[in-house]
Amino acid sequence: MAVMNQQELLEKFLGQTPLFLGPDPDIMKEHDIAPQTDEEARALQLTTDPRVISLVRSRLQSGVNEAFEMEEQMGAAPGAKWGDLICGIYSASGDLALSSTGGVLVFSTLTQHPVKFIRKYWMNEPTVGVRPGDVFMHNDARYGNIHNTDQSIIIPVFHEGVLIAWISAIVHEGENGAVEPGGMPSAAESPYMEGLKISPLKVGENYQLKRDLVTYFQNSVREPKLQLEDMKSKLFTTLRVKQRLEEAIADYGVNAVVATLRRTLEDTKEEVKRRLREWPDGTVRTVLFADSTLRENVLVKINLTLTKTGDRLVFDFRGSSPEFMNRANNTVLASLKGMLSQLFLSFVWPDLPRNQAVFAPIELVVEPRSTLNSSYETPNAQSMMTFFPAFSAGQAAVAKFLYSSERRYTELIAPWYNMITTFIYGGITQHGETVGNLCADLNGMGGGAHETHDGEHSIAPIFAAMADIGEQEFNEEENPFMQLVSKKLMRDNQAFGKFRGGQGYQMMMTTKGSPFWGFMTTCIGSKFPSITGLFGGYACPTYPLCKVKGVNVFEEFQIHPERFSFTIEDIMNDRPFPNATYSTHHMGLQFELAKDGELYMITQGSGGGYGDVLERDPQLVMKDLEEELISPWTASEIYHVVYDPDTLRVDEEATLQERLQERQRRLQRGVPYQEFVKTWVTNEPPADLPFFGSWNDRDVIYAGGYAGMPQTKMAADAITPVMMPDPKDVRIAELEQILAQIQHGMEPSHG
Amino acid sequence: MRVPMTEYLEIDVETESWHCRRCGHYLTSARRNYKEGLLVYDRNPQEIHRPILRADVYPFTFSPDPKWCRILEFYCPQCGTQVETEYLPPGHPPTYDMEFDLEALKARMAGKNSSHKGGNPA
Repeated sequence: MAVMNQQELLEKFLGQTPLFLGPDPDIMKEHDIAPQTDEEARALQLTTDPRVISLVRSRLQSGVNEAFEMEEQMGAAPGAKWGDLICGIYSASGDLALSSTGGVLVFSTLTQHPVKFIRKYWMNEPTVGVRPGDVFMHNDARYGNIHNTDQSIIIPVFHEGVLIAWISAIVHEGENGAVEPGGMPSAAESPYMEGLKISPLKVGENYQLKRDLVTYFQNSVREPKLQLEDMKSKLFTTLRVKQRLEEAIADYGVNAVVATLRRTLEDTKEEVKRRLREWPDGTVRTVLFADSTLRENVLVKINLTLTKTGDRLVFDFRGSSPEFMNRANNTVLASLKGMLSQLFLSFVWPDLPRNQAVFAPIELVVEPRSTLNSSYETPNAQSMMTFFPAFSAGQAAVAKFLYSSERRYTELIAPWYNMITTFIYGGITQHGETVGNLCADLNGMGGGAHETHDGEHSIAPIFAAMADIGEQEFNEEENPFMQLVSKKLMRDNQAFGKFRGGQGYQMMMTTKGSPFWGFMTTCIGSKFPSITGLFGGYACPTYPLCKVKGVNVFEEFQIHPERFSFTIEDIMNDRPFPNATYSTHHMGLQFELAKDGELYMITQGSGGGYGDVLERDPQLVMKDLEEELISPWTASEIYHVVYDPDTLRVDEEATLQERLQERQRRLQRGVPYQEFVKTWVTNEPPADLPFFGSWNDRDVIYAGGYAGMPQTKMAADAITPVMMPDPKDVRIAELEQILAQIQHGMEPSHG
Repeated sequence: MRVPMTEYLEIDVETESWHCRRCGHYLTSARRNYKEGLLVYDRNPQEIHRPILRADVYPFTFSPDPKWCRILEFYCPQCGTQVETEYLPPGHPPTYDMEFDLEALKARMAGKNSSHKGGNPA
């Protein structure tokens, strides 16, 4: 008994004396709306007219949309200018009830967590407290965020001394003092290399930012002026929403406002459940493979089993890759929820109110220490490299439910292109400023093919319903770089199908006039396509980084302007600059210094194709050919169209015959399924294939097969984090092996 | 009564069977993986996503690496329609991707007529 008392005493002491208030598991694992409070129940009883709810909701929605526009105009961050933000109103319990219509709807589900942390830990904490005029902020994804390049401002709203709501604005700020400039370090091998890690923190009182704290943040990042300006712009943005909220209270009463926030959440949740009942019951499975950690090419499996029963929908990601202890591609579970919720907000039910209740009825199953449910100790700045493919797996799976759904609210589409193909940059500008940020070309992803028409070229990112690709010239005025080719669509960069995916454009980047300047790129999909097609359509191609070093194209322009070409294909294949070096790489380029006039070239990707290529209208094939979206080879060898190459006139009868013959060729080369799997399926991944994830049993996880790492197995419910070798050590080992072979008079095996 | 489940597949809820929507060919029981009724071809991805850059010079060419990635093309054995594609590492088991609850589907269709064409956009 005495021992028990001691134990109880110890537990009581530890409970009252937390050494560190880290992310709260109870807050982080929950994504349902909070229970209805007494105040909300009373407000709902007093507000029975649905017209009032509708009016107040419209007023508040206009307020957050207005705030979104304000932040876009005032924000200094490139991300703010291009719509990589949202503004929102939360209930007093911390549920996001309404967010701005456009922007990054991923935030709609995952920004509740820091608000709930503030409520739980700071309201009654005598050294902090929550009072009218207080200003909070956060950026650490482990407390609820996409990654820590996104920074929030959060304010509480009181009415006659009672907390009735919260308001926030959150923006992709870019620079955050990480090991690499620009805020999304792929070189980070621990969370402590990812820059500012701000837990929910009070940064102001009486709506004034505390200058000492702001100075500390400025002192920790490469862009101190941006840090100050955007903290202020977000504060004024939230104050505008507060003004609109107070105007609604003045016009309709506080109960109408509280009731509207609650009713919006509850109605959205119920409507999602009703719509889920329209889907067929069953299970759909999808696998996808991320082919890189951004430091090395390896296969990172994303394994999705999506089960729908009645109004229950369960995303089960068991069998996916283990987490990487020293790579930044890990996903915090809350971030995955945010990404999946905007699958529904942007692509499936865009008519629903923008709030977290869209995801409230949906369940997730992900093993601890999976790369989609990573632990506190792992870096996550490039979580998009695993949660974007998880989104794409979900998008493909949902489409297979929607096809036979009783009712649909949008057209079916093949998976959207899913990578942030853009240049991240850093260095000293022509104006003497130190900067680190990124270009908005990441927002120019190709759309997936629709069930009735082709996908749109470079239309929007998968993570934001409405966003902009920005003005490149504006960028070039501020920074010492230039896109020599900026928005030229690439020929044959197409996901083929009955309807093709929207294509992506080429970017040829160079720098000029800086003493210190460099670039990064952060995408998967250089060896293995990052998305799938749908219903017989093909996936997108793969995308490399192309470099031309040892040349100054600005000098070439003066001496031999005729040498320059305007496509990556021509420059890399024709090699017009005699003394330059030409190389291709995977798209995980850590920050690399560039010299004046050197070329870095990348291409935005294509959305997935829909349906059988043999069903594509030959006239659409000719249109693509005329617009140089495809080559003659693709027209004849992929789409099997017979045409006059001079006039592009289709020979309908010959095309029909050619396509019938191709169908016959398919029947000849195809093997019956059961016979095929006997020879195709192996018990384990190939020994020389770097593979991370399950193979034929989702309870068994493989990890290894890379750079001498043996292919090991582990139980899915007892994952051991993966520690990757330094890519430079791997390269040194390869070169030492070659050196040893040469020294022994042998032919080098590889280089 | 046949229910369209994808662009190219439908389930006959009375005979509990998967069929090709283009030619009506019986594929397999609706309680089994529809792929069992299809032909499969192991396609080198470079035959579809042709290298745009010179493969003899560059390791990355805009074309998938055939040692890492294969395309499984699934064809209807009667009309040759390409019903599905799957991108997999060599030897990876094909995915049993659609397993619908037949009883629930039957119950849902009980009140409908055979003209059901799937859910069209509102």
